[in-house]
Parts: sequence; structure tokens; C-alpha cells
Amino acid sequence: MKKSFKRMGCLILCMVFLCGVMAGCAQNEGVATDGSTSMSKVIGALGEAFKSETGITVTYNAMGSGAGIQAVLEGRCDIGLSSRDLKDEEKAKGLEGTVLAYDGIAVVVNPSNPVSDLSVQTIASIFKGEIKNWSEVGGNDAEIVLIGREAGSGTRDGFESITETEDQCDYRQELTSTGDVITTVAGNPAAIGYASLASVKESVKPLNVDGITPSEATIKDGSYLIQRPFVLVTKRDQALGESAQRFFDYVTSKEAATIIASAGVVAAQ
Amino acid sequence: MIQGKNKGRRKAYDTLMRSAMLFSTVLTVAIVVFMIGYVLIKGIPNVSWTLLTTERSYLKDTIGILPDILNTVYIVVATLLLVLPLGVGAAVYLTEYAGKSRLVALIEYAAETLSGIPSIIYGLVGMLLFSNTFGTSLLAGALTLVMMNLPTVMRTVQESLKTVPQSYREGAFGLGAGKWRVIRTVVLPGCIDGVVTGCILSVGRILGESAALLFTAGFAHALNGVLTGLFSPGATLTVALYVYAKEEGEFGVAFAIAAILMGLTLLINLSATLAGKYFEKRRRI
Amino acid sequence: MAPLRFLKRDVKSKRTLERVVHGTFLIMGLITVGCVLLITIYLIVAGLPAIREIGLIDFLFGKEWASTEAEPKFGILPFILTSVYGTAGAIVLGVPVGFFTAVFLSKLAGKRVRAVVDTAVNLLAGIPSVVYGLVGMLVLVPAVRELFGLPDGASLFSAIIVLAIMILPSIIKVSLTALDAVPKDYEDASLALGATPVETYFKVSVPAAKSGIAAAVVLGVGRAIGEAMAVMMVSGNVANMPSLFESVRFLTTAVASEMAYASEGSLQRNALFSIALVLFLFIMLINATLNFFLKRKGERE
Repeated sequence: MKKSFKRMGCLILCMVFLCGVMAGCAQNEGVATDGSTSMSKVIGALGEAFKSETGITVTYNAMGSGAGIQAVLEGRCDIGLSSRDLKDEEKAKGLEGTVLAYDGIAVVVNPSNPVSDLSVQTIASIFKGEIKNWSEVGGNDAEIVLIGREAGSGTRDGFESITETEDQCDYRQELTSTGDVITTVAGNPAAIGYASLASVKESVKPLNVDGITPSEATIKDGSYLIQRPFVLVTKRDQALGESAQRFFDYVTSKEAATIIASAGVVAAQ
Repeated sequence: MIQGKNKGRRKAYDTLMRSAMLFSTVLTVAIVVFMIGYVLIKGIPNVSWTLLTTERSYLKDTIGILPDILNTVYIVVATLLLVLPLGVGAAVYLTEYAGKSRLVALIEYAAETLSGIPSIIYGLVGMLLFSNTFGTSLLAGALTLVMMNLPTVMRTVQESLKTVPQSYREGAFGLGAGKWRVIRTVVLPGCIDGVVTGCILSVGRILGESAALLFTAGFAHALNGVLTGLFSPGATLTVALYVYAKEEGEFGVAFAIAAILMGLTLLINLSATLAGKYFEKRRRI
Repeated sequence: MAPLRFLKRDVKSKRTLERVVHGTFLIMGLITVGCVLLITIYLIVAGLPAIREIGLIDFLFGKEWASTEAEPKFGILPFILTSVYGTAGAIVLGVPVGFFTAVFLSKLAGKRVRAVVDTAVNLLAGIPSVVYGLVGMLVLVPAVRELFGLPDGASLFSAIIVLAIMILPSIIKVSLTALDAVPKDYEDASLALGATPVETYFKVSVPAAKSGIAAAVVLGVGRAIGEAMAVMMVSGNVANMPSLFESVRFLTTAVASEMAYASEGSLQRNALFSIALVLFLFIMLINATLNFFLKRKGERE
């Protein structure tokens, strides 16, 4: 009986201790990053290489570009990851963007789809719902199923601004991540969607756009039109913590460029 | 057997209802068998030693769920550490102090309300309350889970306290013991079974939770120690399952995690049954 | 003299201890009430500004939700209707199956059969909702597409099926408790009057367990309307007005899918809190109904 009393005491002590720790340290020394789901491969690889060099852990919370920008603003993470340029109003809030790399947005269809090349205009008409059937663009007789991303996505932003279809897309599904789009397109023979080229797997077929196959080379020379930057978002007037600064310097260095390239995107440096 | 008027109609009614019952039961069992079978068949081949004992490597392009397993353990322990004392305290207050006042009705109504609130709302409030103070972290997730599990623990402990015979308390009071001493020596030892049952139920609920954790604990896959772990974002197994399935399309890993979770669910059900039987036996003696 | 004073002090310190202990337990008891108040107040404070800005009528009955467009529209009628239809559909499919299973288990099944099915139902209750979502997304969605010849299977219909399966365990368990509690005398009397066992179960036992079964249905409604993750994985997530085979968004998924990126202080984020507030009000209403049925059941016994 005395034991249970003691145990209670222990528990209460633990609680007090926990509260103390909570109050004491708000941030640990790891680097917290938050944002674009398209950047998972790049940041994952960079974080791992960084850890093996310095021993500092990089956590990556893939919530979407808008969420990453939001998290930096609210101080919930050190570095935000955005797969689109910062908007003016976001810059006005004191945020700063540093371009890490360039990535193509692949327009993907199911591998069984005979269509393999579309122009930007045709893609725009398809997503606006003006072209409704694959047979109109030389495919099978099947209703086109438009797969898009949620409104905060950097990929959606990039795709819609380049194809000039902002707010006009008539999506059948709005999914919350790059992987989800790929899975859904892979599972539906009549689907078309868009996703980060770096994340595209064999289960889907990336289309040529205006006759140009998306690849590192065509992104670099700009001939593949649908591309956007990967941006590191920080606060302009607030210095990063020590480890976060080291990570920032590391990923923007020349050595990191090979790792970035191995993740399938084009390094900015 | 059936006699009198409307014989045919009554017979038809009988057969109809009987077949409806049989059909429903078979359907229910079939759904369970399908769910479990499908997940286990798809999942078990993907469970491997590397998966269980490594973290994800983008450089080597391998996936491991060790960080998620550890995060789950951390969040379960942290939640239980906080929710058990609170739940026991609340139950002791209700059974030993409050009597039959209006306050009891209020507290019980509050507990019922809490258990009816959907987890997405907990997630939202947890995000506002805890994530904005402690950052998106396992701790913020654990605190949110404390709110969710408090009614469960309170209720199970309350049930077990009701089984402590009133005569024990009266006896102790008769010997001149103070109220606190009676609680310490007579009442609290009687609540062990409630605590155990509450623990098992809470663990089950925490393991299955995802909506409340997405916005509070986040979904990073970092490998951390206990203390740093609590203060950094991390995915539990269930959240990791969601991320791998929905965000990354890694269905092999998702099914492997689902199979593991299914195994744990089986285990939890089994231990709940066993604990129930054990305590019932002990009480009879 | 001296020992007496000593004793007095001892009594006094003991009384203080008792008071402190009493106070501590009281505070622990009040934490649940505190949580409910905290959640309610937080949701109201966070949810009201957007409603005030948009206007209650426009918010609740607006048919279009376009939170990120240049001229944003915040009408949540599609979400409300989707949640209502989705829940109603799940109840229509789930309740009969659950109800008949419960009657079978309570009255007809042998001990061993009952133990097996009981375990199965408990397992079903323990499966995490994302696992339902996962299986739904990989098995159900393609199946619905093939079966109905649709361009895409992620739809209200798929969500309804997933929800119906998810509420089964609660419905079975609660109805079972109610049916088990029906006094044996009722049934014996009915049997003695010449009713068949099946007639007895459905015309005597079931009406006697009415309140409990009603409580089971209401509980199912609460579960279905509050589920987020599983339906998010199978419903396609577009803010359409609900239609059985179209992609739809529920109240819960509307919050879950946009909350991550809505910026602090923006109307969009506040509107999401307003959606949560609406959902919360639905839940409170359901809780009150549930309490009504449980209380009536308690009084009758």
C-alpha cells in the first residue's frame, strides 16, 4: 500500500519534471524543416548526408508548401520548404526565399494511355474541362479524369500559373501529396495529373510537352516549359539557429550539388 | 409448431428474419476476415528485419520504420504518465469525495462529451493550444491524447473503485484513519484493475489515432532519443502508415505497418480479455 | 499540558493535509470539465469571426467553396450536405446489418459462436481508421469504378461503404448490451402465449430494448459524422455539391485538408475554424440526443 503511494509520488514528480523541461527548452538543437511534399527526396538525401557529416538531425515534416511557409512564419520550424516562389505578400511578412534547385512538373498519365505528347495549350484546355474525352487528343474513347493537388500546393501553383489555368481547373480529385497523385494516376487508365518530375515512378508515364521530353537537361536549358523552383524559406530579420545555419550553408554549397542532382533535380548553384 | 391463423405469413416472417440475422452475422464476420486476411497477406511479406531496425535512407533508397516505432513508444509512455494520475485522481474524487452532488453529474457529463468529440477536433484544438506553445512535437501530440483518453481512464477506474466494498472503508474509518489515509491504503489499491484496463484501452486508442496527431505531432521520420524525441515532430506508426500510403504511394511499407498494427490490435484485445478474467477471478477470492 | 498541545498541533496539521488532498482531487476531477470548456471556448472564439465576416446565411447556405481564389467564396453547404448524406447512407447500410447481427448474437447464437463473433467485432473496432482508408483506397475505389462504369471510383458512395463498416462494431456492441438486459420473463411469457422464438425476439425483446438500440444508432451517427482520415482517403476531396458517384468533401475532411496551409489570421483559416465549430455543434446535438436515450433507458430500468 505504501508502495502505491510512493508510485503516485513518483508519477507526480515525473510530471513536475516534464513541465520543467517543457518550460526550459522550447527548441532542441536539431534542424526542423517543414513544407513541400515534392521536396521529400531532395531534403531527405541532403539531411542524411548532413547528418553523417555533422551528426545533427534534420527533421522533415512534409505538409505542403503553404504549410511550410506558414510554419516558418509562426516559428514552428527553422527552414520552410516551398516548391514555388514566394508571393509578394509573403515577402512583405518578412520572409526570404533562397532557390535551392529547379524541378520539372511532369504531366503524367497511365502507362496504358496511347497519348504521349501534348502542347501546353491542349493541356490547359484539358484541365479547364474544354476537352473532355481522350479521343479528342488521339487517345482511347474514355472520359478524362483530372487529378489535381490541394489549393496550398506549390506544384499546383506552378502548374496552373504556367498553363494559365488558375482557379479554372475542373478537378475530379484534389489530393494532398505528390505520391498520392502518382498512385491515383497509376490506378486509373483515364487519369491525367501533374507531379514533381523527381518523384515520378515507372508506374506512370510522363508526357512530352510541345515535343520536349522532361529531363534534367531540358529543365536546365529551359526548353521544358513546366518547371518551378525549390525554395528554402527563412525569416529575413531573424538569424537562424547555429545548426540550422550550418544546414543552410551546407545545402547551398557546391558539394551538395551532386546530392541534389542525384535526387533528380537541377541544383541552382 | 406454428398454429392458428396466418400460419403461412408467420412462417414466412420467421424465415425472413432468421435469414436476415444469419446474413448479417455472416456479412460482419466476412468483413472482419477479409480486412484482417487482406492486410496480413499483403503486409507480412513486407515486414523485414531491415524495415524494423533501420531508419529511412534517401541516399541508399531504403525504408525503415524504427523511428516511427520509437515515436509510438514515446508518445504512449508520455500520454500514460500524464493521463493515469489525472484519471485516477478524477475517479477518486467522484467516488470518494463528491457523493451525489450536482458536480458529479457535471463531471460525468463532461467526460461523456469528451468521449464523443471527434479526433479531428482534438487535433485542431491541440494545434492551437499545444503546438503553438511547444512547437509541432510528440509532446504536443501526447498532451492532445491526454485530453482524449482522460474520460476512458476515469471511467474504468471509477468502475473498479465501485467494487471496493463499502465495509472496508467503514472499517478503516472506524479504526480512526483519516480520509486520505483510507484512500491511500484501502481505495487506491483497489483501483489497480481499473488502471490496467484503462491503460490497455488507452494504448489501443493511441495506436490507432491519426487525425488528432497530424497537426500536433507532425509526421517526420527522425530517429531521436527520448528527450529530444518528445520535443521534435515525429510520426507514430499509424501516422507513418498514412504518410507512406497516401503521400508517398509506398504501399508495401504501408501494408507492413498495417499488419504490425493489426497484430498489436489482436494483442491488445487478448490482453484486455485476459486482464478482465484475471481480475474477476481475484475479486471472487 | 505539553503533550496535549503536541496532540493538538498534530490534529491541525492532519486537517490541513486532508484539505490539501481534497483540493487536489477536486482539481483533478474538474480537469475534464476544464477540457470541455477549453475546447468549446476555443472553437467559439476561433470560429465566430469568420462567420461574422462572411455572414451566417452566406456561410451555411453558400453553395460554393473556393477558399484560395482571387475572389474567395466560403459556402459550406456542400460539406454540410455531404456529411449529412454520408452519415445517413452509412446508417441505412450499417444499422440493419449491425442490428440483425446483435439480435442473432444475443438470442440465437450458441455460446461458442457468440464468443467467436464477439472477438471478431472487437477486432473490427480496434482497426485504426487509416487501415480502413488504405484498404478502401486500394480495393473499394477501383471496385466501385469497375462495377458502376465510372471514370473514377473515389466518391461519396465509397465513403458511405467505409463508414458503414466502421460504425458496425459500435452498433453491434451497444445494441447487444441492451438486448442482453431484456428480462427473461418477458420472453418466456411471449413464448408461453404461443409466439415463435423469432417473433418473440423481434416483437418483445427488441421493443423492450428500444432505447438502447436507439442509443446505438445515435452513437453510430456520431462516429460517422466525426470520421476524417478514412473518408479522406476514399472520397476524392473536391468541394462539389454531394452526388452519390461524384468526388465530395466532408466537414471533417474540409478542415483536415486545408488546415495545414491556411495562413494565420487569414479569412480562410478562420473559416476552417468555423467549419470545425459547425461540426462541434452537430456533435453536441448528437451527444444530447444520446444522453436523452440513455437516460430514458436508465429510468425505465
